Amino acid sequence: MALLEVDRLTVEFPTRRGILRALDAVSFDIEVGEVLGVVGESGAGKSLTGAAIIGLLEPPGRIAGGQVRLDGMRIDNLSRDRMRPIRGRQIGAIFQDPLTTLNPLYAVGHQLVETMQAHLRLSDRDARERAVRWLEEVGIPAARQRIDAYPHEFSGGMRQRVVIALALCAEPRLVIADEPTTALDVSIQAQIITLLKRLAKDHGTSVMLVTHDMGVIAETADRVAVMYAGRICEIGPVRAVVKQPAHPYTEGLMGSIPSLEQRVERLRQIDGAMPRLNAIPRGCAFNPRCPKVFGRCRAERPELLAAGDTRAACWLYDAYSGGRASDV
Amino acid sequence: MSEAASPRPGALARAWDSDFLYSFRHSPVALIAALVLLAVVAGAVFSHWLAPHDPFDLASLSLLDSFKPPVFWGADADWAYPLGTDDQGRDLLSGIMYGTRISLLVGVLAIGFALTVGITVGLVAGYMGGAVDSLLMRMADVQLTFPAILIALLVDGVVRAVLPRAFHDKVELYVLVFAIGIARWPQFARTVRGSTLVERGREYVMAARVIGLTSSKIMVSHILPNVLGPVLVIATLNLGLAILDEATLSFLGVGLPPTQPSLGTLIRIGNDFLFSGEWWVTIFPGITLAVLVLSINLLGDWLRDALNPRLR
Amino acid sequence: MFAFIISRLLQAIPVLLVVGFISYAMFAFVGDPVSIMLGQDFTEAQRVQLVHQLGLDQPFFVQYAHYMWATLHGEFGISYRLARPVSDLILERLPATIELALTAAVLALLIGVPMGVYTGIRRNGVLARAFMIFSLVGVSLPTFLIGILLILVFAVVLGWLPSFGRGDVVHFSHWSTGFLTISGLRSLVLPAITLGMFQMTLIMRLVRSEMMEVLRSDYVKFARARGLSERVINFGHALKNTLVPVITIVGLQIGGLLGFSIVTETVFQWPGMGLLLVQSIGVADIPVMSAYLMLIALVFVGINLIVDLLYYAVDPRLRVDRRALTGAR
Repeated sequence: MALLEVDRLTVEFPTRRGILRALDAVSFDIEVGEVLGVVGESGAGKSLTGAAIIGLLEPPGRIAGGQVRLDGMRIDNLSRDRMRPIRGRQIGAIFQDPLTTLNPLYAVGHQLVETMQAHLRLSDRDARERAVRWLEEVGIPAARQRIDAYPHEFSGGMRQRVVIALALCAEPRLVIADEPTTALDVSIQAQIITLLKRLAKDHGTSVMLVTHDMGVIAETADRVAVMYAGRICEIGPVRAVVKQPAHPYTEGLMGSIPSLEQRVERLRQIDGAMPRLNAIPRGCAFNPRCPKVFGRCRAERPELLAAGDTRAACWLYDAYSGGRASDV
Repeated sequence: MSEAASPRPGALARAWDSDFLYSFRHSPVALIAALVLLAVVAGAVFSHWLAPHDPFDLASLSLLDSFKPPVFWGADADWAYPLGTDDQGRDLLSGIMYGTRISLLVGVLAIGFALTVGITVGLVAGYMGGAVDSLLMRMADVQLTFPAILIALLVDGVVRAVLPRAFHDKVELYVLVFAIGIARWPQFARTVRGSTLVERGREYVMAARVIGLTSSKIMVSHILPNVLGPVLVIATLNLGLAILDEATLSFLGVGLPPTQPSLGTLIRIGNDFLFSGEWWVTIFPGITLAVLVLSINLLGDWLRDALNPRLR
Repeated sequence: MFAFIISRLLQAIPVLLVVGFISYAMFAFVGDPVSIMLGQDFTEAQRVQLVHQLGLDQPFFVQYAHYMWATLHGEFGISYRLARPVSDLILERLPATIELALTAAVLALLIGVPMGVYTGIRRNGVLARAFMIFSLVGVSLPTFLIGILLILVFAVVLGWLPSFGRGDVVHFSHWSTGFLTISGLRSLVLPAITLGMFQMTLIMRLVRSEMMEVLRSDYVKFARARGLSERVINFGHALKNTLVPVITIVGLQIGGLLGFSIVTETVFQWPGMGLLLVQSIGVADIPVMSAYLMLIALVFVGINLIVDLLYYAVDPRLRVDRRALTGAR
């Protein structure tokens, strides 16, 4: 059994112009020790998926259907009091902007200690000792001297290291990292990703890495889920998705990444833009931009279908559609 | 002025799209407040025609009619005076309608004055920056440390000392407008300056500079429309406060004279009879004042939330 | 820390000089003190002597310097109305006003802050909505009307509490206090509620909106994601961050109590400085007015200093100077 099972998860936002479906029957698993990358354009629903799993959707957003199971136990319908011990202890979170995720009025040591003591039985002295060790582990120099420093006394990259320590200090089994490097300098991004990867491996933690950076995914993830307009359009081993993308959208996504190995005249790009949630077309959401569109794409919405080494939500891979799009 | 002509739709223009009206239609509090306000304002503005009596027509007053209670209070009541009469036999309802008109007039003029001063100072300070900016804002800061009512009180007191008595009574309304307005400009100046600093850095202002528009032209026709949204909210909330300022000054006896009574003056006159049982003389003007200010504040609150969708 | 206080005090000096200038200008140019003090019958010699005595024959800036010097020594001239030194008048009335304002401030804080926190957390609860309506009524009712209504209900109709004055007071050299007698405390109830009401509702609304703002912040979300309890998040993380802006505004508002005490004192005939000021303005008693202005300026400088110190205590970002050397990079 997988550590985390997300099963047809649906998230809706009631608005006065009707209900917006921001996530539509999203399903995937994360195994113990696995790093799952989640990519997509902004607004595709990647961050929302993470927030829904950890039970921190911003109202009026709500889970309208499906299940989230941790070790086979449903966690999507837990009360606030029963969800609290899971956050931090079972599932940790790393947010995008380290400048705003740390409380400016408390020393970093205090924030580490309070997190550990919320979940683990630790004396003040032990908790503090562990806090120092965590700061050392995430690479804060002179951790023992810096433990009583306030967040504003650290640089952005250092603060993100502190955030990572906070997310991992109660030793959760899964960490949801929501764009952990987007707000950082390019020169620091690689360090943070390397750190995250190493810590996850050392502690046997699974990671759900949400990013729009395909390069980060390729380097870090074991598997990757590609999201488009609130659905997963392709999911599979990272190597397969990168080398032989099955879904036309993934193909387009890969084509827009510069490669060091191959020389190309110019980068390809996908024409058009992702539809807004209130204007998702009938059939496949990608059909207006898809170069391989055919009749069925405009009528029926495809489920994930086996496509070589990956699975893709595309009628091209349905036996009954007659395989390749010959009847355009 | 055409909103479409400005390079970026202003906060005001954005607000007036359907979202704004939708939020109004779906806020019962705002609707009720608007209706109540409309009724009170209409009664005040058209008091000459609507009021059952003319409280300033001395010939019609009779001391025999003094201290008539309101119609639901005792047998002595008279339907000619639905809310009762005061010590002079004046109809209270008519007095309140005329008084509300004066209260509103002072409040609106005072806020208009404060707006004019505040916007001008704020635009100039924000746009010019440097020494002009720090001098003007320093002034605003110093003044902001004093309660507005105290400033108004002192300004009124000084004018009172300078002007001869008879002349002073005649111009007291404008003295009040000046005193209250001058006590309330810094808030507007600070808000406008803050928004101006933000707008000044935007591309459209750069563009306007590049094509050689004068500073005053840029300030008035490009920056001003974009800072009006927050100013409008503050103006609404301050209108309520200004009306209270006037009522307070008049209550303290340094505002409008009994010959030209505002709601505050009426309350002060009535206060003398509170202990002898004629409660209505002070309570009804008091309720009117409270309802007027409450409905303005409710609208102001709603306006602030509507212009700031983040809070919803 | 010490340097911080000194720099704040230095910043206050220009403010005091400007306010002093205004109050001196009022004193010197408004309402011709000489003719007011001489009354109807006087000889030219008397007039000249008085002009000299008041220093009015000297250059303006010399007069201003004299005035500031005298002010520093607590001399504010003679009241036209009561023909007594203004400093004596103010000293007599100061305790009454300070006791009233202090009680009102404590009341406003003790009730306003918890109400604000509650309404900020339980935004849509029935009780929270009731508090909000109550607060809006509180903001919209003028102070004097609240006072009148309280008098009507509790003094006239029910007869429970006195409607005016300060009751019996106990004297300690220059200070008189109403805190120590039953009648003094009873007399304090209605004026203190009246004065504190506006500030209380204002504090409540401010704390509420700041709480809501902070509860939306990333660090509160992150605190939730770390699995901290609601209590720690609301009171440890959210409320503490709320305090930073709240302290500033509450500080200024507490100062505003002195302004509003003018109204409350008039309604309740409370023998404090506010009542003195209103009576003085009615007859253009300029020395009292200018002295009051100076005094209020001093009080505000003091309050601002306290506010800054509290700020310093709450927000570590202001304490950078102390730690900068230990290596923020």
